[in-house]
Amino acid sequence: MKRFIFLIIFSFFIFCSQSLFAVECPSEDGAFPETNLAIPQKAFDKDYLGIKGEGSFKLSDINARVVILEIFSMYCPYCQKEAPIVNELYQIINNRQDIKDKIKIIGIGAGNTPFEVEVFREQYNVPFPLFSDESFSIHKAVGDVRTPYFFVFRINPDGSNKIIYSKAGSFQDPNQFLDLIIKKSGL
Amino acid sequence: MLFKNKFNFITILWVLILLFSTTISYSLSEQFKGKIYKTGMLKPIDSVIKLKVGDEAPDFTLPSVSGEKISLGQFRCKKNVVISFVPAAWTPVCSDQWPGYNIAKDFFDKHDAILIGITVDNIPTLYSWTSEMGTLWFPVLSDFWPHGAVAERYGVLRSDGVSERALFVIDKKGIIRYIDVHDINQRPKLEVLVKELEKLAD
Repeated sequence: MKRFIFLIIFSFFIFCSQSLFAVECPSEDGAFPETNLAIPQKAFDKDYLGIKGEGSFKLSDINARVVILEIFSMYCPYCQKEAPIVNELYQIINNRQDIKDKIKIIGIGAGNTPFEVEVFREQYNVPFPLFSDESFSIHKAVGDVRTPYFFVFRINPDGSNKIIYSKAGSFQDPNQFLDLIIKKSGL
Repeated sequence: MLFKNKFNFITILWVLILLFSTTISYSLSEQFKGKIYKTGMLKPIDSVIKLKVGDEAPDFTLPSVSGEKISLGQFRCKKNVVISFVPAAWTPVCSDQWPGYNIAKDFFDKHDAILIGITVDNIPTLYSWTSEMGTLWFPVLSDFWPHGAVAERYGVLRSDGVSERALFVIDKKGIIRYIDVHDINQRPKLEVLVKELEKLAD
């Protein structure tokens, strides 16, 4: 009898532990978990994000209506291949006066040290801000996604956000991807 | 009381394994999709190191994926050498280690070093696996037969026949200057290796 109760308790424990740790990937229409990031050192990055001072900031502090967030890794060959395409997307947005202040791109280096993130930035001349997620904490919070993974979310006036795109792998054509974002976000 | 019989103890162990197995993070590249075999958490280190810093690095000759045979000795007096042993093709952490080195060539060039990648896999397997990484600038050698002989001589062959995730930095005189037999479940930080390369100039 004792053994039976014991097993039931532990089965329940297994069940709970899995639902605790197996974080679901935030899907479209859901919200990207509120995340604190270190305020970048570079003045260019601060200006781009519209953030001042030192310490940390929240995603909702970014001065934009829509944020494109890439989970990448310096060690991931697919992210390496994708880097020039994401840079191209940045340039396309930057050249369009009507949306350049409304759509911002950031990258999160899953499991990468700041040094490793910097190697990636220099190798591909990445023009937008990149952040280190050395402890995989953000990567875990969004469900251990494969890299590269793209989230696009709209920032609401109250600081909450709504995901409008959530997908692993290349977004293929940057122009078509931008059209899709504009359409889905209602910009 | 709870541990009175073996059965309960095994159940608890199983629960703990389940608990921890769900928390491992690899940030797998989309490139490899479902092709990577999930190893789960492994014993961090499972071999006894036979060499130490200051020792002469044992010479070896192994076949490379590109077809030529490569010896450690051919770099003597010419290049510093970094040997990167990774446990096996198609496993989680390794699949994302060499692609990183592939964009870090500048650091190796700057310190007059070359990189040699070694696993205990055979050439066809290594060929398929490294093809997924794009074009690698460094040679990848197969320590398949006699199985793991070089890994064994370097003291990094694990009890199940794969190698450790280990880095050896060898200077132009053939002397070992740095050894990192790393936790097999984790990727060594790039900056640590870069600092060791910087020290070679001293």
